[in-house]
Amino acid sequence: MDDVLLLSRLQFAANISFHILFPSISIALCWLLCYFKIRFDISKQPVWMRAYRFWVKIFALTFALGVVSGITMSFQFGTNWPGYMEKVGNIAGPLLGYEVLTAFFLEATFLGIMLFGQQRVPGWVHTLSTLLVAIGTSLSAFWILALNSWMQTPDGFKLIDGVAYVTDWWAVIFNPSFPYRFTHTLLASGLTASFLMAGLSAYRIHRGDAKHAPRLALKTALVLAAVLAPLQVLVGDMHGLNTFEHQPQKVAAMEGVWDTEKGAPLLLFAVPDEKARTNHFEIPIPNMASIILTHDPNGEIRGLNEFIGEHPPVKPVFYGFRIMVGVGMLMLLTAWLGSWSLLRQGQLPSWLLKAVMAMTFSGWIATLAGWYVTEVGRQPYLVSGVLRTADAVTGIAPGNVLLTFCLYITLYVVLLGAYLHTLFLLARKAVEIEEYQPGENPFSQPMGVQA
Amino acid sequence: MISDATLPIIFVGLMGLAVLLYAILDGYDLGVGILLPLGHESRKDQMIASIGPFWDANETWLVLAVGLLLIAFPSAHSLVLRELYLPATFMLFGLIMRGVAFDFRAKVAFTKKALWDKVFKFGSILTAFMQGVMLGSYIMGFEHSLAATLFSLLSGIGVTAAYAFIGACWLVMKTDGELQIKAVYWARKTSWMCFAGVLAVCLVNPLINPGVLDRWISLPFALFIWPIPFVCFCLFVLCHLVLKRLPLADDAGCWVPFMIALFIFLFCFQGLAVSFFPYIVPGQLDIWQAASAPESLRFILVGAIVVVPCILAYTAFSYRVFWGKVRDLRYY
Ligand code: HDD
Ligand code: HEM
Ligand code: HEM
Repeated sequence: MDDVLLLSRLQFAANISFHILFPSISIALCWLLCYFKIRFDISKQPVWMRAYRFWVKIFALTFALGVVSGITMSFQFGTNWPGYMEKVGNIAGPLLGYEVLTAFFLEATFLGIMLFGQQRVPGWVHTLSTLLVAIGTSLSAFWILALNSWMQTPDGFKLIDGVAYVTDWWAVIFNPSFPYRFTHTLLASGLTASFLMAGLSAYRIHRGDAKHAPRLALKTALVLAAVLAPLQVLVGDMHGLNTFEHQPQKVAAMEGVWDTEKGAPLLLFAVPDEKARTNHFEIPIPNMASIILTHDPNGEIRGLNEFIGEHPPVKPVFYGFRIMVGVGMLMLLTAWLGSWSLLRQGQLPSWLLKAVMAMTFSGWIATLAGWYVTEVGRQPYLVSGVLRTADAVTGIAPGNVLLTFCLYITLYVVLLGAYLHTLFLLARKAVEIEEYQPGENPFSQPMGVQA
Repeated sequence: MISDATLPIIFVGLMGLAVLLYAILDGYDLGVGILLPLGHESRKDQMIASIGPFWDANETWLVLAVGLLLIAFPSAHSLVLRELYLPATFMLFGLIMRGVAFDFRAKVAFTKKALWDKVFKFGSILTAFMQGVMLGSYIMGFEHSLAATLFSLLSGIGVTAAYAFIGACWLVMKTDGELQIKAVYWARKTSWMCFAGVLAVCLVNPLINPGVLDRWISLPFALFIWPIPFVCFCLFVLCHLVLKRLPLADDAGCWVPFMIALFIFLFCFQGLAVSFFPYIVPGQLDIWQAASAPESLRFILVGAIVVVPCILAYTAFSYRVFWGKVRDLRYY
């Protein structure tokens, strides 16, 4: 049984980690595409159309990977976590159902028109389709995050014989952590997509592409990131306060606090040791954690020792949190420096261009780190205080799970490689293609790839 | 107010609708993938263009079907997926491969395109075959005997043939010229394989399932079941006769084979539904035993009543936008 538990967790983690890579780009990228399209509709300047066309290809590829890995996810609950559906199916089911009904059909259907229908429908219908796809992706995030937040901070239900029954749907959906998680995740997507856009545009410029479109995309992306990054720090802080209220053991693991203490320091770095129940190599800022979490230098933070047997493994949560916040700060720095020099000088100095290129996938790192903090931080529960992970696992033979796990990993490594390769290939192709003359009808020249 | 006991019936109906629409819609696009000729560039591009705008939405019906199973019948959901763990996982691999190949083939260097086309074809075949295997072992009540395994494999081939058939009919409708002639040929070939598959299920199903046999010989169910094989047979013959004459000069009737295929799918589905209702897991769980809490079902039903008509409407809109023969697919 232990083997199946471990394997099922690994398999689920691998699948959802692979899946989230693509939504984290496509949710916000679609809104950026709307922006390009609307700017084109208003100004009729072909450069907006060119930016749209380059990025719509990347969007289509990302979306396809998101869809197929998402379909896998929808089977995972039943195959690997039957106990989950039996205990909380009354809640998880309808939320997932609303996601399919309101979001998936919307995005999938209008995606067809958005990608292939531009010459078949009036311009405004095409713009509207792009908008509907963007609304669809965000709605999908709304429902799935409502479910995930409910698992973190369950509300609006009663337990009868261990099975959850809903008493108040409003409280289920808008559970205490949902507003924070939803905002934080959408902002994360915005940052992930804008650093991807900035990074790939910088790559094109670095390879000598003097066209207008990549410079425009770089500027759009960096300015957007410069706005979103500080917002994310703010929202992240509020999110942390909310978690402190509802899941104190998670915050204790994030901060590496073992004994309940007043005036706890903020640890910039440390090596938590779960056996000795202490930290090594601490680099502390005195009283800072208490200030952040309680707005009082001597505020009390409950330590992990109050939750023995009920708290998550400390290391992944502790390091994950530092990786996320660290990357967030780097993003803030890069976006501000970049926007500043773009707005002042119209271009980036070479070292900053390279830094932006290096940050292309920083959003993925922060997003994954953030999710690991959230999800591992919920352990040993699957639904906080209601259902333990170990009680939800499948009765499938471990051999079968091992087999499928190995196959999934192989497939994912290959696909990720192909995806990254193709992103850069598209960027290089775009460098070589000649720009057409201003005033020319951007619809008349088929210069892209067939799909 | 709908009573608690009718809710499961409504939901099993909705689920049936999702499965049926999935089989027809993803059936034709999987079929196109199964038929993809390797090494014939312009034909391949045209074929893929014919399903380009639709495949994603088509697959969403599968997500809805699984979703409804999970929403309305959670215990059946975990039982079915546990029994079908391996075929379901391999089906997912197939779906992943074809979904990404579709996009990659258009973006990579020309030399690698052939490779992605192979992945696309293989993924389509794997998906269809595994769905057939799942159907087969569902019909056999998840037995683990040799006979059951053989039947599942047979059913895998049958479903693959059926998808290839409806895919060929789709191409007859959506293409012209040389490819259409080829598609007519494919449709004729696959229609007989498909018929053999339908026949096999009709024979084996009542023979091995006492409950089903009961249905076949008791009124009023028998009235709904017995005509099915005969109607199907007539439809296959009709299809054959039509295909022999196609393509006609002004392309009249190019849509007839697809319509016939659609009705064949509908009747086969009806046969299965009447055989098993009200069981959700044959012989083990009926829909009332497996149903989830009424308040959860009501909550989602309200949404479904509002949203499903919208989905059908914008799906129809999308088919209207891409009406007629395929043209080159470009991102603009
Ligand atoms: C914050 C966002 C987010 C998160 C946490 C998840 N997803 Fe997702 N999912 C999306 C955001 C998204 C999306 C943006 O809507 C996608 C990604 C790209 C896309 O095509 O749609 C999508 C696609 C997608 C699809 C295919 C939809 C289609 O056919 O169009 C399915 C079935 C799922 N997801 C299911 C899941 C499940 C079961 C999850 C959790 C365990 C999950 N997703 C987590
Ligand atoms: C999208 C980003 C997500 C990531 C990266 C992620 C990551 C993870 C990881 C790493 C685990 C394993 C934790 C452990 O076993 O220690 C896990 C478990 C799990 N998560 Fe998530 N998760 C995400 C979203 C979601 C969502 C949206 C849901 C449900 C609505 C969800 C439901 C679950 C379930 C059911 C488990 C399995 C039981 C468990 O191990 O706790 N996850 N996730
Ligand atoms: C820089 C300041 C940041 C702070 C203070 C912060 C704070 C937090 C906290 C406290 C959590 C865990 C909440 C919980 O589990 O209850 C979290 C989760 C998360 N973070 Fe951050 N974060 C920051 C930056 C970022 C950045 C830059 C990204 C990505 C681009 C990001 C992406 C995520 C994601 C995807 C999650 C998981 C989903 C969720 O629970 O919201 N975060 N963050």
